[in-house]
Amino acid sequence: MDDIQGILNAMMRTAVDPQTAAVAIAVIGLNIHFGYTGLINIGQSAFMLLGAYGFAISITQGWPLPVAILVGLAVAFVFALVLGVPTLKLRGDYLAIVTISAAEIIRYVGRSGGYESLSNLTNAAQGIAGSQYRTPFTDLSPFPTGTTQLLPFNYLDVAGGSTVVRLLGWLVVVAAIWTAVRIGRRKVGLEGSTRTLAMVGLTALVVVLLFFLAPVSQRNTGVNGWWFTVVAWILVGISLIIVLGLTRSPWGRALKGVREDEDAMRSLGKNVFAIKMQALIIGGLFGAIGGMMYVLPAAVQPDALGRSITFFAYTALLLGGAATIWGPVLGSLIFFVGRVFLIGVANTYLSSDDYLNIMNGQQTSQFAFIIVGVALMLLVIFRPQGILGDKRELRFNV
Amino acid sequence: MSRTSVLERGVVARAAAFLVLSLLVAPLLLLLSSRSVEAATLCLPKKDETACIAGTMGSRAEPIEGVDVTLTKPDGSTETQTTEKDGKFAFTITEPGNYLVGVDEETLPKGSELRPPANAALRGPEGTIKVDNVQLGQNYGPVLTVRPKGFDDSTSKWDEFIQSSVNGIRLGLLLALASVGLSLIYGTTGISNFAHAEQVTLGGMVGYGLVNVAGLPLVVGGILVVIICGFTGWFQDRILWQPLRRRGLGLTQLMIVTIGLSLAMQYAFQYTVGARTVRVVVETPETRDFGSIRITDQSLWAMGIAAVVLALVGLALLRTRIGRATRAVADNPALAQASGIDTDKVIRLVWTVAMGLSGLSGILYALIVNGVKWDTGLQILLLLFAAVTLGGLGTAFGALVGSLIIGLVVELSPMVIPGDFKYAAALLILILLLLVRPQGLLGRPQRVG
Repeated sequence: MDDIQGILNAMMRTAVDPQTAAVAIAVIGLNIHFGYTGLINIGQSAFMLLGAYGFAISITQGWPLPVAILVGLAVAFVFALVLGVPTLKLRGDYLAIVTISAAEIIRYVGRSGGYESLSNLTNAAQGIAGSQYRTPFTDLSPFPTGTTQLLPFNYLDVAGGSTVVRLLGWLVVVAAIWTAVRIGRRKVGLEGSTRTLAMVGLTALVVVLLFFLAPVSQRNTGVNGWWFTVVAWILVGISLIIVLGLTRSPWGRALKGVREDEDAMRSLGKNVFAIKMQALIIGGLFGAIGGMMYVLPAAVQPDALGRSITFFAYTALLLGGAATIWGPVLGSLIFFVGRVFLIGVANTYLSSDDYLNIMNGQQTSQFAFIIVGVALMLLVIFRPQGILGDKRELRFNV
Repeated sequence: MSRTSVLERGVVARAAAFLVLSLLVAPLLLLLSSRSVEAATLCLPKKDETACIAGTMGSRAEPIEGVDVTLTKPDGSTETQTTEKDGKFAFTITEPGNYLVGVDEETLPKGSELRPPANAALRGPEGTIKVDNVQLGQNYGPVLTVRPKGFDDSTSKWDEFIQSSVNGIRLGLLLALASVGLSLIYGTTGISNFAHAEQVTLGGMVGYGLVNVAGLPLVVGGILVVIICGFTGWFQDRILWQPLRRRGLGLTQLMIVTIGLSLAMQYAFQYTVGARTVRVVVETPETRDFGSIRITDQSLWAMGIAAVVLALVGLALLRTRIGRATRAVADNPALAQASGIDTDKVIRLVWTVAMGLSGLSGILYALIVNGVKWDTGLQILLLLFAAVTLGGLGTAFGALVGSLIIGLVVELSPMVIPGDFKYAAALLILILLLLVRPQGLLGRPQRVG
């Protein structure tokens, strides 16, 4: 039971991690590109990296925090323009090749030590250490110093943390999620505000129960502390509200129109190029925000924001469901938590003398990634709409 | 009698114990004593107080004694140390700033001079070495090595150009082996295969397993690599791509399936051989000189094999029935099927041949760059895509031309820009070409948007 609790705690820690939230924001941006507009942007990591560079370098140059954020966004904006002009008029697969190439160019330039004036800013492959740009953000924290545990009242306080209590708790969680899914699919006869209320209530119950069963303890303002977590998830919330507003607007419907049938949109007198460009820019700005949030608890390292982050973002997006509001967040959560679960299970059961010992410590994380790759394939083949998506929305093609 | 023998035994035992003890302690004592000698010239930086500029004159294996090493401080004053037997020098710094380290040429061994650093940014005035931006609490180690006087390692621009061109053509030919297949797959099925580069890695890895681990002769191993990799292509199409074609999965989705496959394969390589570089053959290759060109035997063989195989593939595409059928399917699958070509059979063949070719490319690449790693393919994936797009998506001969161009750009660009920009340069050329000629060099001009 201690093994399982250890894995569960690790999963919860990942679930609230600011970097998970950061990737979720980038995936929300990717959803605007890929899900709503049908643009195959395989260079989302470049938007993240550029946002991170713009932000971190501005602060190391002594500029104030708001200016630094604006610089990060501006760099991503310019990148989207430069990327869009030559490629948005071409067929979709050209955009794919150009975006991934451009992302690699950005990474190569970032990690290059060839020009002194450049590597003085970027510090080449070593990257910029987080301590050099984190302070202005940490100083904003309204939290007192110290450590806080969510929830202070947890399973250990009930019957001494007995297995029965925990099992019961997880049963309730599973039941609540099952009910929520049924309500979501309109299998239960709830309508209108009752339905919304029931969904909100069940979600709150699940969240509270999860923290009860796997309490997370973090410092308040330190690196990766609650201040980072809270800001990151608030940003996710704001992004969701923005996307909700955008996609319900006439402009949002135009996006879907471009995805479904470009020629039809053109014949209706819409400027398809402009719509695609706007989508590319807005999604890219979300990517930049995600990038800034991603590096705040870590460091700006060009190789950490490479192709694999883009691929993970696609996996998360397809897992949650492209062209849905909640898909990116749900997908990112499941992706990162699931990876930790796989690594935890492999470490505990496949790489220890107590159970099976068929792989060594390094192989466990590689094993998890092999599963991720295979899962991505199976997902696209058998459930391309993901968990929340609508299959009819995903008939687009390059 | 017995008493004395006991006594003797006691003496012997004590002596033995002393011997063992001294054997154990001696290295420790040695360690301690050597430490104390080193401490005389050792410099330890203290946070916010001192920094160190220290190193060894010559190399650790061959230190040079009696050289006057001079440190020039930011204010222009100098400090000189003469190296001892261990060649070590150590300056304690109390002021942050930009320093210069040089040696007195007179004190160097006869007929040798200080080797200027490879990075031009580190070259200071009068043969000194720059140690810029010294901060307190840090260690700095300028490299002071010597070379024979009058040594000329700056070959003429022309020689460098020729050598780089040969390297470029070599890289281009190997890229072509893989990209012809990539282009044919794109042409016949529409899939942008992101896992293609992992097939190149697979070729190198299988080669490592067969030749290095299992000990097969290189030629036999190479042929087996092509057969095994070709089989993976056949097998992939049999269990994955053909069923997906039948299901009518969209091209975007297929592309993401290949991304998943590529991820799974990369980590499967890491899982089996780890993150290290493995070599197909252990011996260091022989080199040959042709005028100013220096090239290994293996590279010559690799270029020859690649050229012959590419010529055969080209001939087959142009002259044989199945080759013509392949081009027909690449051109217009629906029309090809309507005119009686078994497209499934053609596509199966394309997958098999393409994967066999990339396996060959992988083992040859592993031979010329002296090893293969889990991300070897990943590094050239974009070069492959650049080559295919440059030449014209879906055209086999375009892929060949594109590969040679990309190979030359990658190897020649370090002559004008820093070496770590060479891949970026190739990708930039791709983007610029798409601006003016989106269909690629040999692609037919058609509306692509």
